[in-house]
Amino acid sequence: MAFKIASSPHLSRSFQTSSLMQRVMLCALPGVAVQCYFFGWGTVIQALLAMSIAIISEAVVLKLRARNVTQTLKDNSALLTGLLIGIAIPPLAPWWVTVIGTLFAIVIVKQLYGGLGHNIFNPAMAAYVMLLISFPVQMTSWVAPSVIASHPVDLVHSLQMVFTGASSSEIDAYKLGVDGISMATPLDTIKTDLAMGLTTIESLSKAIFSDGFGVGWFWVNLAYLAGGLVMLKLKVIRWHITAGILASLFICSSVGYLLNPDTFAGPLLHLFSGATMLAAFFIATDPVTAATSVRGRLVFGALIGIIVYIIRTFGGYPDAFAFAILLANLCAPFIDHYMKPRAYGHRAST
Amino acid sequence: MNSVLNEYKTIAIQGLWKNNPGLVQLLGLCPLLAVTATLTNALGLGLATMAVLIGSNVLVSLVKFYVPREIRIPVFVMIIAALVTCVQLLINAYAYGLYLSLGIFLPLIVTNCVIIGRAEAFASRNSLLKSAFDGFMMGLGFLLVLAVLGASREILGQGTLFEGADLLLGDWAASLTVHLWQVDTSFLLAMLPPGAFIGMGFLIAFKNIVDKQIADRTTAPLVTETVTRARITKVS
Repeated sequence: MAFKIASSPHLSRSFQTSSLMQRVMLCALPGVAVQCYFFGWGTVIQALLAMSIAIISEAVVLKLRARNVTQTLKDNSALLTGLLIGIAIPPLAPWWVTVIGTLFAIVIVKQLYGGLGHNIFNPAMAAYVMLLISFPVQMTSWVAPSVIASHPVDLVHSLQMVFTGASSSEIDAYKLGVDGISMATPLDTIKTDLAMGLTTIESLSKAIFSDGFGVGWFWVNLAYLAGGLVMLKLKVIRWHITAGILASLFICSSVGYLLNPDTFAGPLLHLFSGATMLAAFFIATDPVTAATSVRGRLVFGALIGIIVYIIRTFGGYPDAFAFAILLANLCAPFIDHYMKPRAYGHRAST
Repeated sequence: MNSVLNEYKTIAIQGLWKNNPGLVQLLGLCPLLAVTATLTNALGLGLATMAVLIGSNVLVSLVKFYVPREIRIPVFVMIIAALVTCVQLLINAYAYGLYLSLGIFLPLIVTNCVIIGRAEAFASRNSLLKSAFDGFMMGLGFLLVLAVLGASREILGQGTLFEGADLLLGDWAASLTVHLWQVDTSFLLAMLPPGAFIGMGFLIAFKNIVDKQIADRTTAPLVTETVTRARITKVS
């Protein structure tokens, strides 16, 4: 019996880009499902729309750049970008918002910089920021979670509103809770209330909150957390960036909460609201635009967490993961430069 | 005679295309990016810059033999500043609306590198007529870039063209405004400075594409010649 002797490196199988991206998308599915349960079919519609536009635009640009179209499309990175944009955009945003965002992400942020592996910014988040500053009204119109909404949106209405455009009065109707009070997202609510001089306790007694968490948003975050843990287990992502984000956000919000519980939201609300889990596990861990060394990743994550906390608490926007990730993307080369691991046996220069 | 014409032709091509202050030299980016949100603003600033550029080139070329080399830059700056002040007062008097919407960028023409650059690089070593022509062509090149950028940003941003033309040209021009389509929400990115950066990037890319096409076309006829071997050794 002859044993085959293979030369080094004796590595175990590692992921191809395509299967890696595929796994990230699969792990995001529970979160997408929960999001659909609470916010209607809009999320699925937006995701499908964004994914198809992403594929088409990527193919066109690759063709223009005279690159191999099918091989590059197979790496699934455009699909993942589309999916993330679809998840991040409010479910009932008109179709052109999604289309403009996806085109911007793929054509300008990704391909003009040289395609996958060369982009300095996370395409999905750059697109999100672009949309947020361009169309603030459309990008902040989240519907009320279905369990407490006075009119939950059904599939037909979602399709109709996405593709024929909704008037603001229609959107407002879907923002009404059972008590007939229009609601914003939990983070938005707490921000406005604190600005109006209410305390956090008073704000948390509103219908959008139950037991101190945002209705619906808590479960969405939990589902992304579960999907993210699966990704960690499958070694699709490594833990450093995520841990950095969650730890720094937790520490900052704990300090704020301990200093003055009336004017600062608590750590658990911060961790389970808005885009925290989605961004910490699925978006910030993008291998292209993040820092690469182990210590660098921790710093990168911590930086995101701190910026998010600062903007959420003192800034003008209720949630800030997109801004924080872009700012951290900018810092990534700098972080890598100073967090370079020392080669074994190499002394620090004297 | 022909060589003189050729010289002027070269100056024109340099200003409008080959050495365009906006697209190639990337000078004067600050006003270029800041005021090109609408075509009217872009034209207003472009015309003002062009006027200053022609005037400064003429004056610098006139005084070039009397200015000591060591202090030429301060002198040029003073000439430019005087001209800019004139232009600013003129616009303030005759196009007040435009004066308001251009704001600080009008006096900032003083610091526009195109103007000092042309004074230093061209007017201080060329004759009066040539300097004036160079100022005109450089100004025109800059104006065209501003206009294209302003028009595209205005169309993308708010779906109009020549909005507020009456500020620049008087009341009759109000009818020049074209509403291309009705938008409920303006596309803020195109109106904000990032839109100018992105649009500028596309313009430069477009120029490079055109240049490459021209270069390809001119070099294309050079077919590789078939090399024939000359016999050196004599066949006996």
